[in-house]
Amino acid sequence: MATEVTTLVEETSAVKPNGGVTLPIYMDNHATTPVDPRVLEEMLPYFTGKFGNAASRNHSFGWAGEEAVETARERIAKLIGATTKEIVFTSGATESDNLAIKGVAEMYREKGNHIITAVTEHKAVLDTCKRLEKYGYRVTYLPVQKDGLVDLDDLKRAIDDKTILVTIMAANNEIGVLQPIAEIGKLCHEKGVIFHTDATQAVGKVPIDVVKQNLDLVSISAHKMYGPKGVGALYVRRKGPRVQLSPIIDGGGHERGMRSGTLNVPGIAGLGKACAICDEEMPQESRRLAGLRDRLRDKIMSGLDEVYINGTMEHRLPQNLNISFAYVEGESLLMGINDIAVSSGSACTSATLEPSYVLKALGTGDDLAHSSIRFGLGRFNTDAEVDYVADRVIETVSRLRELSPLYEMAKEGIDLKSVKWAAE
Amino acid sequence: MSYSNKVIDHYNNPRNVGSMDKTSAEVGTGLVGAPECGDVMKLQIKVNPATNVIEDAKFKTFGCGSAIASSSLATEWVKGKTIDEALAIKNTEIVKELSLPPVKIHCSVLAEDAIRAAIGDWKKKQSASTPVPVEAKA
Repeated sequence: MATEVTTLVEETSAVKPNGGVTLPIYMDNHATTPVDPRVLEEMLPYFTGKFGNAASRNHSFGWAGEEAVETARERIAKLIGATTKEIVFTSGATESDNLAIKGVAEMYREKGNHIITAVTEHKAVLDTCKRLEKYGYRVTYLPVQKDGLVDLDDLKRAIDDKTILVTIMAANNEIGVLQPIAEIGKLCHEKGVIFHTDATQAVGKVPIDVVKQNLDLVSISAHKMYGPKGVGALYVRRKGPRVQLSPIIDGGGHERGMRSGTLNVPGIAGLGKACAICDEEMPQESRRLAGLRDRLRDKIMSGLDEVYINGTMEHRLPQNLNISFAYVEGESLLMGINDIAVSSGSACTSATLEPSYVLKALGTGDDLAHSSIRFGLGRFNTDAEVDYVADRVIETVSRLRELSPLYEMAKEGIDLKSVKWAAE
Repeated sequence: MSYSNKVIDHYNNPRNVGSMDKTSAEVGTGLVGAPECGDVMKLQIKVNPATNVIEDAKFKTFGCGSAIASSSLATEWVKGKTIDEALAIKNTEIVKELSLPPVKIHCSVLAEDAIRAAIGDWKKKQSASTPVPVEAKA
């Protein structure tokens, strides 16, 4: 998202008498999450005492590093129903997406040159596909329906005898909608096409099972699930079918030749621990988050008229809420709630004034796309914080609507769509 | 993206928010921008026909903090000025006063457009309703 309010908790943190909440409140957990203290504890020994290179096979320092890496591999594999040999460590989900897509494209070039993705994918997928187009690959960008989901019939029609890869995300980073990946996986396997899913926002939040869902390649990021930044993984299926990848980073042949480079042992240990915690806590935590999210939604919607939820509520991450507040511009709303860290789908900072391409793809008008706010709840948010955020949002939207000529015109009964606007 | 103190001040305490009767002969209304672009400004002026002095100004803006501040500042600046003086206000002066970054210059352009549109609307009303054309005063 183009506009992100970043607030440094350490610099400005102070307890204030606002219903017992500490300000600022962080509610932008799709952008990143804080490292869970349990994760940090797991990582710390590998910076100093156990600093060995996991590839050093002939002394105890190396063995300790290797052991940490293999423990992490087991934990990640367990979370997604994979085997340890199917986990490749990377620097994060962007690299995992690049490796999956470019790796398949190069390896299967003789089989075909057609790739299918969707218009609401993350830029790490879209821009990778765009680059491949320059090298002669053909890419189909599937539209999404009003609810944000791809139509399986569209996908079925798009697959041809040159299709080598389908890449569709598990959960959207802006609107949190969950694509029907199990159905897509099944379809891809029937057609003999490799299926990659960018599951950055989904892993650790909703159940992902590479066997049950027929996934061939899965991108994973640590910092979206209370692990550290700069580390991620790619699941690469070993059988039924065996997926092969051309590496995009050459070197010492680490990670079965798919990703050279000395392993980030502390980061990997952190990713492993983050996965273990999610694995254990997911059922109760996802219920808790859905409760908080619904509380936020209900409070906001009972306090304001003309608010619209973007994307389906039925197939959605429990912690995501994306709302458009008609007649109020998103960035000005963020400015009014500057003790709350959320993000806006408006991109008033860019020269093109283009709002979120994800919201546009749903058929949301540009005006409502400019008016959208993404709330990303997380492990450390509380009921009291949700209540505070809802109250602040209601108060600020109401104030900005009093300032909005569009709200005034709408209240006078003028159809804004019928107005001939004098653009600058 | 951080805002200057002046932008924050105008955002928190916008000056001259409101609406005037747009059908009044003394009132000129400028409505510029478009909802799809994320900015719409409505700026209104009330002009003394005898002196051509802008006696009151009001605004309402849909847009980012810089757009709200630019239009709020514009109403402050036009008040007490004659039509010709108000027409001389340049967007670059708004940029300077509010310390707008390059990505927000369009907000100041829109505020200048709003002033011009409001004056244009008032002039149109004068030429339509008064027997003496505005030009004749020169």
